[in-house]
Amino acid sequence: MDFEPTIVSFLCNWCSYTGADLAGTSRMKYAHNIRIIRVMCSGRIDPIFVLESFKDGADGVLICGCHPGDCHYHEGNYKCLRRYHLLKKYIAQMGIDPGRLHLEWISASEGKQFAELADSFTETVRGLGPCHVKEIIENFA
Amino acid sequence: MAVYWGAACGGCCVSVLDVHEKLFDVVANADLVFWPIALDIKYADVEAMEDKFIDITLFNGAVRNSENEHMAKVLRQKSKLLVAYGSCAHMGGIPGLANFSTKEEILKQVYLKNITTENEDATLPNVSYEVEEGTLTLPKFYNDVRTLDQTVVVDYYMPGCPPQTERLLEVFMAIVSGNELPPKGSVIGAYDKGQCDECTRKKTDNKHIKEFKRPFEIEDDGETCFLEQGVICLGPATRGGCGHRCIEGNAPCRGCYGPPPDVSDPGAKMMSAVATMIDANEPEEIERITNQIVDPAGTFYRFSLPGSILRRKVKESLQ
Ligand code: SF4
Ligand code: SF4
Ligand code: FES
Repeated sequence: MDFEPTIVSFLCNWCSYTGADLAGTSRMKYAHNIRIIRVMCSGRIDPIFVLESFKDGADGVLICGCHPGDCHYHEGNYKCLRRYHLLKKYIAQMGIDPGRLHLEWISASEGKQFAELADSFTETVRGLGPCHVKEIIENFA
Repeated sequence: MAVYWGAACGGCCVSVLDVHEKLFDVVANADLVFWPIALDIKYADVEAMEDKFIDITLFNGAVRNSENEHMAKVLRQKSKLLVAYGSCAHMGGIPGLANFSTKEEILKQVYLKNITTENEDATLPNVSYEVEEGTLTLPKFYNDVRTLDQTVVVDYYMPGCPPQTERLLEVFMAIVSGNELPPKGSVIGAYDKGQCDECTRKKTDNKHIKEFKRPFEIEDDGETCFLEQGVICLGPATRGGCGHRCIEGNAPCRGCYGPPPDVSDPGAKMMSAVATMIDANEPEEIERITNQIVDPAGTFYRFSLPGSILRRKVKESLQ
């Protein structure tokens, strides 16, 4: 059976969520694997959110925020970017392929880019196969 | 009262001994009915006790083999209050760093690959072995190191590697004085405030780090916040209560007192804090600075890997 990855995606309210909304209202088709969670700003995405996602069975985590300079809270997206680099290093050490975590800037008008990103990231994660974190925690002994 | 050690170094038991002459206050209020480091009482004696016979058990050490697990279960049954005493019982502690490896990797390294090991027959530990006199047994070594509360229900947590002896006395006296105890599941013998709240080093609100350094790479002025000197200090993600033992000794905090209230994962909290201090906005520059943190997982989860969200490294065979 084909593996259908589960992807948790955190989108900032002001740009990226609006961008994803545009993809929807424009009736663009994109991978149904993406589960969207709206946050006010990408700077609100605590590393705990990402780790909890993997723990609860996500095969990939996608983070989107406003383009540099466009964050509605000035530098939330820079904070996000810095956390992202550190988190990637950490999950790699934990045996999770760093490719399972991805960050991209999506503006409110980039509906098409969002739809393409959803598709391409889904294919990347599909290629990586299932993530086993949840299974390991369930069998922890 | 009972004191027991699971996968531990012995330091927690020594911290109990460190009550020194106050031990007389302790024994005036409680009989020590089981304490392997100090008293010759056998497991069978404990197993024969009535349920809830022990008022309070301080269990130190993580759970890494079948003996630790068995005694955790026995002591849970025999104790009114079970306290996870010290970092290892609380969050996994230093033995918990073994969760970066699998059981197979550890056994192979220790019994076959070490250059100082001579083991021509490639003998590995067996849980049971037949000899003329009968069957010899060893505890089963587990793949995963667990915290105490991943094994049995825990009433209280007393953090620290080891817990500060003064805190233990305060807790002990509070229990014997019959004062109302905090709700079950609380951290006791530590403060709600974080290390930084009471740290006397000079600090500003906005920390900008261009370069991370190892402690030996700076000439510490003895006054400025370690983070502001580029040295990773886990103060922002660690509870107070230890008396700033490390910082007073001019070493950064490593996080043994665990996360402050309402933080589920100390490492994630610290990563969040430290990343925002990185003084760069360009991806390449951020990456360059981040790469100066040699071992993020080991640094941010030094005492808390099994108790963290991910708990262990994903097994190679699965990934
Ligand atoms: S980071 Fe460390 S040195 Fe700086 S204020 Fe906090 S505890 Fe003190
Ligand atoms: S300063 Fe930090 S590592 Fe040192 S004893 Fe206190 S809590 Fe533990
Ligand atoms: S508001 Fe979009 S990243 Fe901050």
